[in-house]
Amino acid sequence: MLYREAGDFKTSYVADGQTFPIRFDRWRYYAVLAVAFGIVPFVVNDYWANAVLLPFLIYAIAAIGLNILTGYCGQVSLGTGGFMAVGAYACYKLMTAFPDVSILIHIVLAGGVTAAVGVLFGLPSLRIKGFYLAVATLAAQFFLVWLFNKVPWFYNYSASGQITAPERTVLGVAVTGPEAPAWAAYLVCLVFVTLVALVGRNLTRGKQGRQWMAIRDMDIAAEIIGVNPLAAKLSAFAVSSFFIGIAGALFFGVYLGAVEVGEAFGIQKSFLILFMVIIGGLGSIFGSFAGAAFLVLLPVFLKNVLVGALGWPSDLAAHFELVIVGGLIIVFLVAEPHGLAQLWRLAKEKLRLWPFPY
Amino acid sequence: MKTKLTAAAMAACMAAGPALADLVFPDLSYRTGPYAAGGIPFSDGYRDYFTLVNERDGGIGGVEARVIECETGYNTEKGVECYEATKGEGALVYQPLSTGITYQLIPKVQADGIPLHTMGYGRTSAKNGEVFEWVFNYPANYWDAASVAIKHLLDENGGDLSGKDITLLYHNSAYGKEPIRTLEDLSEKHGYNLSTIAVDHPGQEQKSQWLRIRRERPDYVIMWGWGVMNQVAIQEAANVRFPMENFIGNWWAGAEHDVTPAGDAADGYKALNMNRIADYPVFEDIQEYVVDAGLAAGDGSNVGKVLYTRGMYAAMLAVEAAKTAQEMHGIAQIDAAMMRDGMEALEMTEAKMEELGMAGIGPEFAVSCSNHGGSGGGIVQQWDASAGEWEPITDYIQPDDAVLDPLVEEDSMAFAEENDIELRCNES
Repeated sequence: MLYREAGDFKTSYVADGQTFPIRFDRWRYYAVLAVAFGIVPFVVNDYWANAVLLPFLIYAIAAIGLNILTGYCGQVSLGTGGFMAVGAYACYKLMTAFPDVSILIHIVLAGGVTAAVGVLFGLPSLRIKGFYLAVATLAAQFFLVWLFNKVPWFYNYSASGQITAPERTVLGVAVTGPEAPAWAAYLVCLVFVTLVALVGRNLTRGKQGRQWMAIRDMDIAAEIIGVNPLAAKLSAFAVSSFFIGIAGALFFGVYLGAVEVGEAFGIQKSFLILFMVIIGGLGSIFGSFAGAAFLVLLPVFLKNVLVGALGWPSDLAAHFELVIVGGLIIVFLVAEPHGLAQLWRLAKEKLRLWPFPY
Repeated sequence: MKTKLTAAAMAACMAAGPALADLVFPDLSYRTGPYAAGGIPFSDGYRDYFTLVNERDGGIGGVEARVIECETGYNTEKGVECYEATKGEGALVYQPLSTGITYQLIPKVQADGIPLHTMGYGRTSAKNGEVFEWVFNYPANYWDAASVAIKHLLDENGGDLSGKDITLLYHNSAYGKEPIRTLEDLSEKHGYNLSTIAVDHPGQEQKSQWLRIRRERPDYVIMWGWGVMNQVAIQEAANVRFPMENFIGNWWAGAEHDVTPAGDAADGYKALNMNRIADYPVFEDIQEYVVDAGLAAGDGSNVGKVLYTRGMYAAMLAVEAAKTAQEMHGIAQIDAAMMRDGMEALEMTEAKMEELGMAGIGPEFAVSCSNHGGSGGGIVQQWDASAGEWEPITDYIQPDDAVLDPLVEEDSMAFAEENDIELRCNES
């Protein structure tokens, strides 16, 4: 009923190959974009931006990045936190070294730096696979955090080892620093999320994505049919790290404003983003959003309900939050081992047939 | 699903709408995670004192104090969430008890105009009120602590530390790194050799660090630790038979729960403190009005302990500042800007502390426009394992301001330059 394909005729190859071939789906997508760009910036306040929307959007970028590497190319990575740190520190060094250049350019450049670092740490993937690769990327995580703690040049020799984002503007409106209005910070993140999702989606359904998926499904077979594993794996590392670097730069510059590498980009961040990808659904752009929403929004929501509405003590609520989120993860994964994206896919299948299932 | 979540969260936010006619003191506490051992007694003390003021005195100047507790887990992201969630409620002052969160909040409170009080932690150079209008760190800060520790060692060694080896064992974070620069400058002045050893969060694994200490045999070890790191360090020190009386923790590494796990082996361990620990009459009031009445934030077992006392002291300073603000502005329902004025005019004297039932709990100090840092004094206390008590072994030691002032000046000016801040306090 809702997802009807009947009568939805395609008259060109372009129309046939578009991202959302079903008309209802396409309109829903445009509606989400319209609300996100046209309505939310006018109603968003500091709490919603800083506690809910910014972390959600930024984690979604990171999850898309990791999903390209792990979900599409099959290379397990535990170095996400370290790569985010590269993005953050690259952005900080660029911001302070070239204050006149637009912050947007710095964020993209920070992604570029991270891509280079990612390729470097991706080299072992040509030789080691699976869990062994996870351990190699774990080394990257620890090495990068250690590096940013150890070398004072990265944090401009500040006494505390913290990096703090100075105020930078886009078109005269501050987007970093404390004076940045909530809507500006939100819009910057939203623009990056939209671009990243668009690029990610189109990369993964094109030639490049098919190469990655071939490598993921069976690398020897992929090599036999003519996929170059060197190019495929390293390009996956580069694109993935590029996105993760952008996420790190936004995380530091726009969202938190000051970070300490061990605390903000530690191993738990790598796990968090890996869990987002697994819960959301490996090999799905929508899954990255769903996973980020699940792990970012749910704890905040639970806290507000348990402490704010039910009046529980904050420590009890904090403990129960872990129990509930953990329980839900198990429930969701038992119900659908392929993640929330697969649940969504099944729901869409059912909606197509509704109200006359067979 | 997302829209449903959004709607429900919105409803939850609406339910906790602002109430009028009270003074709001958010308590960004942490009762979970590896730092909860320190966070729980501090938060208990903080909340119980406000409860006491409400129950015994009918509030501050007749207006009830309302404490909103928000769990941060010592995590900066949750700290920001807590700040954003509570600032709209009319929050008067923030005390996050975390240096990491403090660094997040310093720019935000300056933009929002809400005072931030980081008592004995946070950014040391916030002492310079000319630059940091909204941030206070009286009565003492990290660099004071470092200097007090060195002064104590000077006293023990007849005023000469030249050639001695001192090791700083620090939490590898903004918190732990704060004293390094001060200790380096002091080492130039006094001629001791400083080496630093980092312990990564959360600090449960310190075998290699203590192996190094055992090999190098420094004369003294100074520790900048917090949470589970302290207990582990003291246990490891006992394991390598490092003489406890040569092991000095800062004031966040000197509570009962830090030393008790090591048992008798911890006997003689020293730590700084900014409060004297004693049986103050105020604890009887807390017992009567708060704990026995069933209003205590915890189970009441922490009353009188080191960090409970410090949490209560922090609350007391906030209450006194609020009273000062009420007097200055002549109204009871003060706002954050008035609270800031009250904090800047705060004066703690022996008479005032005695009147509050806590004579001698902290140093005497007066806050001024240019000095947001108080007097900076600290005492040294020593653990007596058989009695299970901290024994103060010195009176308040004043830090070496000749060394510290230029450092504060340099660091705060760098901040002012980075952020284009105009200096205040033209009269000085």
